[in-house]
Order: sequence, then structure tokens, then C-alpha cells
Amino acid sequence: MSLSVVAPDARALRTEELGRELDRLRAEIVADRGPGDARYIHHVIAVQRGCEAVGRCALAVSVFPPAWVAGTALLALAKTLENMELGHNILHGQWDWLGDPAIHSTTWEWDFVTPADAWKRTHNHLHHTYTNVVGRDRDLGYTIVRMAADQPWRPVHLLQPLYTALLAPVFEWGIAVYDLEADAVPSGRKSLRSLLGDATALLRKAARQSAKDYVLFPFLAGPSALPCLLGNLTANGVRNVWAHTVIFCGHFPADVRTFTYTEEQIEGESRGEWYLRQIQGSANIEGGPLLHVLTGNLSHQIEHHLFPDLPSNRYAQLAPRVREICARYGLPYVTGPLWRQYASMWGRVLRHALP
Amino acid sequence: MVRSFRAPRCLPWASAMNRLTTPLTVDDYLGQLDPLWSARHPAGRVRSVRREGPGAATLTIRPGRGWSGHRAGQYLPIGVEIDGVHHWRTYSITSPPDDSDVSLTVKARPDGRVSPHLVHRTPPGTVLRLGPAQGEFTLPEPLPARVLFVTAGSGITPVMGLLRTLARRHRTAPDAVLLHSAPTPDECLFQGELGLMAAEFAWLKLRLTLTRSDGRLTPKRIAGACPDWRDRYAWVCGPDGLLDAAERQWAAAGLRERLRLERFRLMPAQPTGEGAVGGRVRFARSGVETDAAADTTLLAAGEAAGVPMPYGCRRGLCFGCLVPLVEGRVRDLRTGELRDMQNEMIQTCVNGAAGPLALDL
Repeated sequence: MSLSVVAPDARALRTEELGRELDRLRAEIVADRGPGDARYIHHVIAVQRGCEAVGRCALAVSVFPPAWVAGTALLALAKTLENMELGHNILHGQWDWLGDPAIHSTTWEWDFVTPADAWKRTHNHLHHTYTNVVGRDRDLGYTIVRMAADQPWRPVHLLQPLYTALLAPVFEWGIAVYDLEADAVPSGRKSLRSLLGDATALLRKAARQSAKDYVLFPFLAGPSALPCLLGNLTANGVRNVWAHTVIFCGHFPADVRTFTYTEEQIEGESRGEWYLRQIQGSANIEGGPLLHVLTGNLSHQIEHHLFPDLPSNRYAQLAPRVREICARYGLPYVTGPLWRQYASMWGRVLRHALP
Repeated sequence: MVRSFRAPRCLPWASAMNRLTTPLTVDDYLGQLDPLWSARHPAGRVRSVRREGPGAATLTIRPGRGWSGHRAGQYLPIGVEIDGVHHWRTYSITSPPDDSDVSLTVKARPDGRVSPHLVHRTPPGTVLRLGPAQGEFTLPEPLPARVLFVTAGSGITPVMGLLRTLARRHRTAPDAVLLHSAPTPDECLFQGELGLMAAEFAWLKLRLTLTRSDGRLTPKRIAGACPDWRDRYAWVCGPDGLLDAAERQWAAAGLRERLRLERFRLMPAQPTGEGAVGGRVRFARSGVETDAAADTTLLAAGEAAGVPMPYGCRRGLCFGCLVPLVEGRVRDLRTGELRDMQNEMIQTCVNGAAGPLALDL
């Protein structure tokens, strides 16, 4: 029996039961966290830093083509791990329970142009609270892409297949500009002063990031300067395209629901209702363990949205149980291989380009 | 105030290299090879663990690059990894500042999690995270001519750091009286060393009180054992009862500024069942205090009391409301889970008070 066809009272009861069941699942994992999880995150950090160091060394002698290929591949891998499995998850507070100031949401800074603080606000707060709520979740199309029928259509959306494609290789810059929330200034939700403050912080970070990848390392590479610069550009580009792919596949395949904002429904929603919205507003990607690590376990987007603060290495273990719960409650559990989710996401970009 | 989460320190030679590793630092890479090479997240390695009578031990720690030294009488926050989780506690440093190693003397509390681990289950070679040394229970410069130390139980530990430092000065050390109390001779930390010091150094007078047979150190006893206490600068460390009595005694004599107290911030024992208790919440930096009901979030309690609280989603998701817990215990209102780690960052939007507590805000 699907939740949408039962009578309202029974539905509310079922929703609360769903909430309690998911709360118990969460408590179970929290109680079970231990040395194995700590080892996991320490390993990922060691592998990431190792790949980055070796990759940078290889790019220092990248006039030699095999060194260019190996260096670029390792650097792209390092940057992907750094953003997805480390940065995103640590900034969610998933590892705060370790009590280790070196792996903590308040001290972590990532290799991405947008400063961690700005991102925590737009992502952890706005996106995770108002997942797929039209007009509230700015991640629903990142303010420029129309992803739902109830978002107003404007002629500029005719071009959205083009600019969505162009956004992918420079995704980190798109996110950085988006995190400034300049669109919130005219509406009064953000002051001009705080916009200027955020812009200064962004410029400072972006300058350091760009100097590292596009000036200092190529300069140190001497005769390999040009291939090193190209290697760094390629690694950042590959990481950006990959991040764009994973993130767009997490919320925009065709079967993912969007929601309309009403004060009493969204602000007053119970824990069960909130869980329900997270399940319906997210989509998973099927694949092997390597795919999961490379996506920062965002291939388990549904589990991540239900439990954004549980360590990412636990999502694979949670997935079959969440899926079973969804089946029992007649809830959709949108999942599929990467190619299908990707095609489906593009279908949606194309469809909503038109009124 | 104790803060274990602090901004990274940057050594001049490393700042150019750090441009290449931004947003990380060179330290973060060195720390992968050996945690002691990290200056950003200071660590130390235990070199030896020496028994100090039943249930106590002295840990000698070789600090790594990040160590910025200490003054005698200060205490040190250390992060001890147990089952993958770092637990942060503070202990008085008992070694003089010019030693290359740092020593801490730890007494195992029967109901504790960290102190028994340090005393009984910490082999040499263990790596501990180190915070910066803190505290004002230190010796002034220039030294006063006459000093008095009053200690009870493990309150001797910071004073031991002071005495060992004075012993290095030997001839220029001030005239010192130590009134120490312990339940029995067996439970008197450093008894042998104190005896030797008193025998060797004419400037040190030692009076030991055994509380099991003689009763506690009271203002009357202090005055009796050290008749010129009014003329001395005093350092007092031990349980709250002793500190409160000393504070009254010195204040009544109009000599409060001659007295330095060191309060060990022991966690008050709280019921751990479902019957949440709420409690008095102190905002340590703003000085505001308020009562929080058991089912009220600390965020709501703080806002009601007019404290500007950091906040985000108000649902426990975004970690925008993290604040360090200075002391006391909180309860996760979603799960009932209790937390009492000193300096731990807690989410005020989903935690309530489980007894009196203080937040660094």
C-alpha cells in the first residue's frame, strides 16, 4: 500500500512509524561506530595525500609523456577523493565524533575554490533542510537551470542544455559564485556588506588555489612548465566534470520528486515527513565499491540525505536496509546505473528548457 | 579557557612551502609520515610510564614539532585515542619547563574512561595529541621571598611542577612551606621525592597531613602549621572544599590577591537514565547564566537568555551551531546519548543540558 493512496490520518501514522524506524537505524550505526571507521578515514586521507604527492612529482617531469599521463591521472584521482570522500563528508560533520581536530568540520578546508564556510551554509543548511523544495532549495538547478515544471520559465532557459554542459568542466567556479548568494541581496535575505565580505573570502581562497595549480607548480617544473600546467588544468577539469555528474545524478533523474513550499508543510514537518521528503527527493547510482569511493559515497545519495552526519563508509551497509524499508512502505527508491541516471538527468535539462 | 581546536600556527620557513600545499600545510603531509612532525596538530609520544603508588602513574612524553612549551604549574589538554575516538582531558604538568620531555602524573579515577586508560593501558610509544599548555597557576617574576603551597590529594601535581622548577634554582629559591594532605601514606603521590627534597633543601619545609587519621586541612590547621601565612604568597590546589575554605580565609584577612587557586574541573556525576535533568547553563565568555529545562535545546535556551548563538538548520544537520563544551554534560535530544568530553564541539540545536554545564560562548 503506497503512502500516497491511504487516508490522511493513516498516512500520518505510517509516516511517524517510518520516522521511528529510520531513527532506530541511525542509532544503531551511531552505537556501532568505532576503530574500524577511524581506520577507514585515516586510510583515505593517507591514500589521497600519497596520490597527490606522487602525482605532483610526476608532473614536475611531465615533458616525458608517460609521466604526464600518470601524474595527471593521480592528481585527478587525489582531487576527486579530496572533494568527494573527504571534503564533502568531513564538512558535513560525519567525522566530528572522532574528537580529532585534524578531521573536523570546523577546521577542515578543501581543495575547491569555494571556501568551506560558504559551502557549509548553502549546502549543509539550505540544501539539506529544503531538499528539492521549489523556491527554497537553490540547489534545484543552482538558480540558473530549470529542473521542475513549477519553476517559472524564462527565455534564457532555452540555452540551459548549452550552459549546463559548459558548467561541468568549471563546476567549482560555478559553485563558488553560487555560494555567494548574490541573488539573495535584492530580496533582502542577505546584506550587501556580507556579500562583499564573502566575495573577499572567495577571492582570497581562489587566488591561493589558482596560484598553486597554475603558477607555482608549473614554475617549479621548469622545462616541464607547460605540460605541468596542462596536467593541473586537466586534473581540475576531470574532477569538476565528475563532481558535476555525481551531484546532478543525485537529485535530477526523472523519477525524483520536487516539492512546493507551504509554510505549515515544510516548516512544521515532523521528522517522519522530513525523512519522507529526503527519500523522494534523492536518487542513487548503482555500481561497485570503487565507484562508491570515487563519488564520496554520494552514489548512496538517498542514505546520505536521510543521515547526512553518519560516516560515508556506512552508507553501503545502510542502503539495502533503507531500500527494504522503502519497499515495505510503498515508497519509491530511485536508483540505476550511472549511464541511465546521467541520461535521465539530461532528459530533464532538455525538457525543462522549454516552457 | 581551554580550547583544543585552534587556528594553525605557521612557522616562517614553512609558509612558502605551504603555498604549494594549500589549503593543507606541509605539516599535514609530514604528519602522515610521523604525527610528531606536525606543527598544525601537535602530538607527543609516550616514552615511559612509571608507577606512582596504587592507581597513579607518571607519563613522560616527548613532544613533537608543534610543542610550544609551558610554564611551571600549567596544565595540558591531551587527546587520547580510545577505540578510534580522541578523548580530551587536561592534566597538570609535573616537569620543569626546561626539560626536553614533558611529564604528567595521572591518578586513575575508578569511574573514569581516560585516566585508567592512561595509567594502566598506555604502553610507551603511544601517540597523544597535545593542546597548548594553559593556566595561571604559575610563579610570578620576580619570585616573592616567601611562599606557601597548600595541596590535597592529586592537587599536589601542579605544585610538584613548581617545586621541581624551584629546585633547579636551589640557592635563589624562596622560603617555601608545603602543606600537603593525602588519605594515607600509600596514597601520597611523590612521597619519597618530597621527603628527599625537604631533607636536601633548607628552603623547603614539608608538613604532611594524613586525612584518614588526622582529618582534613582546615583554615585553622593551615594557620597552625604556617603561622606566618599572611606574609606569604599562596598556591592552593585540591578539592573544591579546600579551595573554598582557603578563599574565605584569605579574603577575610583582606589578602585575596596573594592567593592563587587551581580548580580541577571534575565532571559532576549525573544520572544517566532517560530521566533527563536539565540544568544551569553558563556561557563562559559572555558571562550569561540561565536555567535550561531537560527538553530545551541549548540553542533555544541561549537565545532566550539573549546570547547571540551561532545557528543553522536547527535540525541537527548542518553543524552550523557547533560550540565547544567547556565543562558539564549534554544530552542529544534525538537519541538520549550523553556527551561530556571537555572541549568537544557540540551541536546546540539538538543537545539539551544534562546537569550544569558551561559553553565557550
